[in-house]
Amino acid sequence: MSIYEPVFSAFGLTEWCQGGNGKGDNLTSLTDLVAKARGEGSANLSLWELPFPSMDALHASCPAFPKSRELSKGIENVFLDIKDSLSLVLDPLTQPLSWLLEGSLWLFETTPWWIMIPALLAIVMLVGRSLVLVCFVAAGLIGFAFVDYYSFAVQTLAVIFVCSLLCVIIGVPIGIAMSRSNRLQRSVIPILDMLQTLPAFVYLIPLIFLFSVTEPKLYGIAIILYAIVPVIRLTDLGIRLVDVEVLEAATAYGLTDRQKLTKVQIPLALPNIMAGINQTIMMSLSMVVIASLVSAPGLGVLVLRGIRNLELGVGLLSGLGIVVLAIILDRTTKLALARITPGHRR
Amino acid sequence: MTVSSDAGEPKFKINALYKIFGEEPEIALKALRDRNLTKSELLEEYNHVLALEDINFNAKAGEISVIMGLSGSGKSTLIRHINRLIEPTSGEIIYGGNDILSCSADEIRQIRREKMSMVFQNFGLLPHRTVIQNVGLSLEARSFSRKRIFSEAEKWLDEVGLQGYEGKYPDQLSGGMQQRVGIARALASNAEVMLMDEAFSALDPLIRSDMQDLLLKLQKGLRKTIVFITHDLDEALKLADHLVILKDGKIVQQGDPQRVLVEPEDRYVFDFVSDTNRARVLRVRTIMEPISSSSHMFIEGEIDQEETLETMIKLSGGDISKNYLVKNGVDSVGIAKMERLLEALVPVKKNEIRSKEI
Repeated sequence: MSIYEPVFSAFGLTEWCQGGNGKGDNLTSLTDLVAKARGEGSANLSLWELPFPSMDALHASCPAFPKSRELSKGIENVFLDIKDSLSLVLDPLTQPLSWLLEGSLWLFETTPWWIMIPALLAIVMLVGRSLVLVCFVAAGLIGFAFVDYYSFAVQTLAVIFVCSLLCVIIGVPIGIAMSRSNRLQRSVIPILDMLQTLPAFVYLIPLIFLFSVTEPKLYGIAIILYAIVPVIRLTDLGIRLVDVEVLEAATAYGLTDRQKLTKVQIPLALPNIMAGINQTIMMSLSMVVIASLVSAPGLGVLVLRGIRNLELGVGLLSGLGIVVLAIILDRTTKLALARITPGHRR
Repeated sequence: MTVSSDAGEPKFKINALYKIFGEEPEIALKALRDRNLTKSELLEEYNHVLALEDINFNAKAGEISVIMGLSGSGKSTLIRHINRLIEPTSGEIIYGGNDILSCSADEIRQIRREKMSMVFQNFGLLPHRTVIQNVGLSLEARSFSRKRIFSEAEKWLDEVGLQGYEGKYPDQLSGGMQQRVGIARALASNAEVMLMDEAFSALDPLIRSDMQDLLLKLQKGLRKTIVFITHDLDEALKLADHLVILKDGKIVQQGDPQRVLVEPEDRYVFDFVSDTNRARVLRVRTIMEPISSSSHMFIEGEIDQEETLETMIKLSGGDISKNYLVKNGVDSVGIAKMERLLEALVPVKKNEIRSKEI
């Protein structure tokens, strides 16, 4: 009855098509029903109206052929089938992440503000060595506290702290390994590209199935997957950019591979690695906001509240707070980066 | 000048060394040998580059061997074979009774740390480390104590005239000073062989001359076996005890630099040497004749055999009829005639000299 029917009969598949008849009818979409209601109209289609031989179009000609809805359903089923065994492995493996996040949140929240704020300022001073920056950070933190966003801000900080740290611990060795093997680099780069371009929400979908929403590791994993890319990329790049002659000199004086790595390559790649860490921190900040959809604490919760309850003021104010936090983190890490970059040493 | 007991003995020998760059150098080498291909034929038919072809040369202990060639002649490739920064396609390098090219990774690392140091054209200093940390690099690779590294490094920094620069970073020093650090680093490893890859080529002429003098001064006391790469003939003649001229990966002539100057083997070497100030680089011993044949001549005065022709011209006041007795220390070793000196100032190809003699 449909336009591609002759194709199936030409291949002698008519019988197979009929065989799958009953199964195909289970998934009837609205458009199919409309088409059925219109009746014979589809029989004399002109070439102009020839549909692309898509799964749905082929299904119309041959009921045994699966519809496209069945493809996504198939993916879903496969995922659901392996889900249990997957979480059996992943659950204990990622459990420490939950502990770390809980511990860090507990530490940041229970430390009284009059210890926390000076401690943060001291860290900024130590890393950045700039009084202007310390004043800015102080103004920012006091501002947060004054409008009662202090606890949200430190929750966000606590999550970023753990996730960025793990990104560095995992990402730097991956980057180093990539810089030493072209084959590994070729195989890892597509994965990094995918992680970087996959919409942030898409990370959350399979994770929700794998882990309970009440567990911190759910958003922890999402943030780490999203934010780990720049630190891997820039570690790889930084080590590959180390001057060949300097490395040759190290070889000529009999340094072992390990000595070359720790005494020459990593120190010289450090500016690039630091740039990667800066990017990683900024990306984990942006992800922690999105991850509030899956119960990540912090300023993102307020943004979400602003959207859900249409509380415009709350949304804008917390958005502004995220900007302030972003500036604080960015400037501090950039100053640290500038300090270790050769040429700024004098 | 103290001469160590093993001076003049070869410190290492390079025998029939080949290096071919490309995907399958073994196959290309076989084709090269079986079919007698030239460099350009090899490139055309096999897409392989013949970088070094049948290199044979001995580096004598305590001498400076200079390998000279234009860019692309394979000289940097050659020097990197000696400490195996580049793997050869075929051949051997005998050092201390063993073939360096068949050493294990550990053995070669040992040799690099203790036996062979290297100085690089662009210095190759670690930019994130201070001068003294750079100098101590080879000692650090050997896991010496901090104290020992610093005292050794300090000593060699003094030796190259960089006292007081210990805490500076390389980018705070001029090019000449950076290369002094490079030399101090090479010396600090206490290696008997020193490989210098265009060590002074990146420096401006005055500084370069200073550095050459520094090297000669240090060499007088240390008597290292030095392999020095350069593209500058004047530099080569100033430093060389043994001169190797490389062209397209092949040795075209090697020997005493004085001999190379007066007896160039082919057109290429001739073109090379005809541009130099011969009066300044040729020495009296090169033009002297045996005493017996000219015993009847009038002798104007005495001159040391290592003096340059320039000194002899000055001594004679330009009078070409004068003759001098050539001295090596207290011994009389020959007669130098001004006539012969004048002749030697004009570059002559070896075959032309031969045809004249016959």
